Amino acid sequence: MNAPLALPSDVPRVNATRFRQAHEEDWEQLDRIVSRMEKRSIRSLSDEDLLALPSLYRTTLSSLSVARDTSLDRALITYLERLCTRAYFQIYGVKTPAWRQLTGFFAHGWPSAVRALWRETLFCVALTFGAALLAYFLIRSDPTWFYSIIPQGLAEGRDPTASAAALRATLYDKEQDWLGVFATFLFTHNSQIAIFAFALGFAFAVPTVLLILYNGLTLGAFFAVFAAKGLAPNVTGWLMIHGTTEIFAICISGAAGIRIGLAIAFPGRAPRMDSAVGAGRTAATAMAGAVIMLAVAGLLEGIGRQTITSDGLRMLIGSTVLVAWLSYFYALPLRRANGE
Amino acid sequence: MASSAVQPRGLKRTFITPEGVDLRLELGSAGSRAAAFIIDVLMIVAILVAATLALFYVARGTSTGGEQFIAIIWLIGAFVLRNAWFSLFEMGGRGATPGKRMLGLRVVARDGARLTGSAVIARNAMREIEVFLPVSFLADQSVEGLADTFLVVFALLWSGIFLFFPLFNRDHLRVGDLVAGTWVVQSEKSKLSADLVGTSYRARRTFPKAALELYGIYELQTLEDVLRKENPDAIVTVAAMIRAKAGLPDDGDDYGFLYDYYVALCAHLEANMMVGRRRESKFA
Repeated sequence: MNAPLALPSDVPRVNATRFRQAHEEDWEQLDRIVSRMEKRSIRSLSDEDLLALPSLYRTTLSSLSVARDTSLDRALITYLERLCTRAYFQIYGVKTPAWRQLTGFFAHGWPSAVRALWRETLFCVALTFGAALLAYFLIRSDPTWFYSIIPQGLAEGRDPTASAAALRATLYDKEQDWLGVFATFLFTHNSQIAIFAFALGFAFAVPTVLLILYNGLTLGAFFAVFAAKGLAPNVTGWLMIHGTTEIFAICISGAAGIRIGLAIAFPGRAPRMDSAVGAGRTAATAMAGAVIMLAVAGLLEGIGRQTITSDGLRMLIGSTVLVAWLSYFYALPLRRANGE
Repeated sequence: MASSAVQPRGLKRTFITPEGVDLRLELGSAGSRAAAFIIDVLMIVAILVAATLALFYVARGTSTGGEQFIAIIWLIGAFVLRNAWFSLFEMGGRGATPGKRMLGLRVVARDGARLTGSAVIARNAMREIEVFLPVSFLADQSVEGLADTFLVVFALLWSGIFLFFPLFNRDHLRVGDLVAGTWVVQSEKSKLSADLVGTSYRARRTFPKAALELYGIYELQTLEDVLRKENPDAIVTVAAMIRAKAGLPDDGDDYGFLYDYYVALCAHLEANMMVGRRRESKFA
């Protein structure tokens, strides 16, 4: 290094310079293409850019390897690392178009996720009805139990002291005003509970189980109040029109939470992390579906129930919807997904 | 060379592409992720407040039917803002919410595969118990005047476990990331900075071989940072340190000295590297 002055001025002194001169154009072209893909989509690329992309990506990736081994210019290496990372995620992490994700969700993602959760779902359904029966028999034998199960605000006068006429009125009176708002409120409120049931599963499923249990107790308690006044068939119709969908949806989101809790507590042969990830993604799909079910339930409850007052028709609608859900989830032949 | 910022090395993760190159992904730091989240929350609140005021304004003159319609829009809008803001943005092409985008972060699948909708929903639904549950719980209780010490402590403890969860695992995973199989990485756009050495370089100083044997690659790259940032204090300090160590006279031009030294050291280390003598730092 004692004779640097002997070099002519236009000969690069270090590799980084040589390297930059040789490849800078390629890198910049890749940068331009990737920026465009990030801003809009792969569709916005011209045919030439699209054809150039794979080879530019590989060139830049090999530039990175070479730069790491031959160059000491850290700014250059950092730049190449960032560019390659951005290009990698545009090329390999490419998004399925929104409409295809959506059709995929309805055609196989949702039903197969629910199907995969059948054990947990069955457990939640059994838990709901078990808790409902428990509450029912407790309150029939001693009505004071009602007050320890249902908070004052929720009952709105529908407690054991209410007269048969007053109870009957709550089942058939029309609340024409604010009907749609009421339905929407129910939907958002129930969906939030469904999301909680999913997320709480992380705590080894214990809070989720409690949530489902309490849901069942509430159901049984109200049923007992109405049944004591001889309104059992009427309240069944009132509950069924939306309840088949709503309780089923809550059970599925509970099942989703339980799946996560179990996957973390008992991963089996798979590593705990992998087990959690597999369960988490299936459960999330089922939970997103449960939110859709709750939107349907909100419509049935807020609008269907307010306009249809015949018990028979209410029960018929409730059972039809239930059969539709069951056949969609468990009987639909699923073709294997090619997208997701 | 104590004055320049040393890159934190604890956040780099090996990530091999199918072409066999390690991209060395850099994970988002806890601080920038928290900042991104706060920005997102502020944006959500701002939109909610603005939309509520706008809807009130519209609702003043309408009939009951109109009021109902507006109430429905508000309820659905608030629900979507709370539950879908994060998911919808992360499902988009950049894999980042506006807050994350501002801080140069993006969400990617840990296995390098494409980020699926279900993963995004899973990681964001988990936020319900990490943040919103304790907050709304506390808010409800304090509105009703029921927030006794025990409840406050419990809520703080609960959210504390989840809030600080990212600090207690190696990859800074949030509970949602853990369940969804995702992680948050730095993905900044940067321009190629100018070539420090360039072709028009003309050396005005030469250095004895002993002066060039003092440092390794780590020191060279730290010197590169100093030169690129052009912080006068750092340049004076570093130049004085190198002169003292190499026993060179002070010629009054600190930047020129450092610049020439950088080029000479770079060429020297590179030449050694080409023949298989890669020197990582001055201790090697």
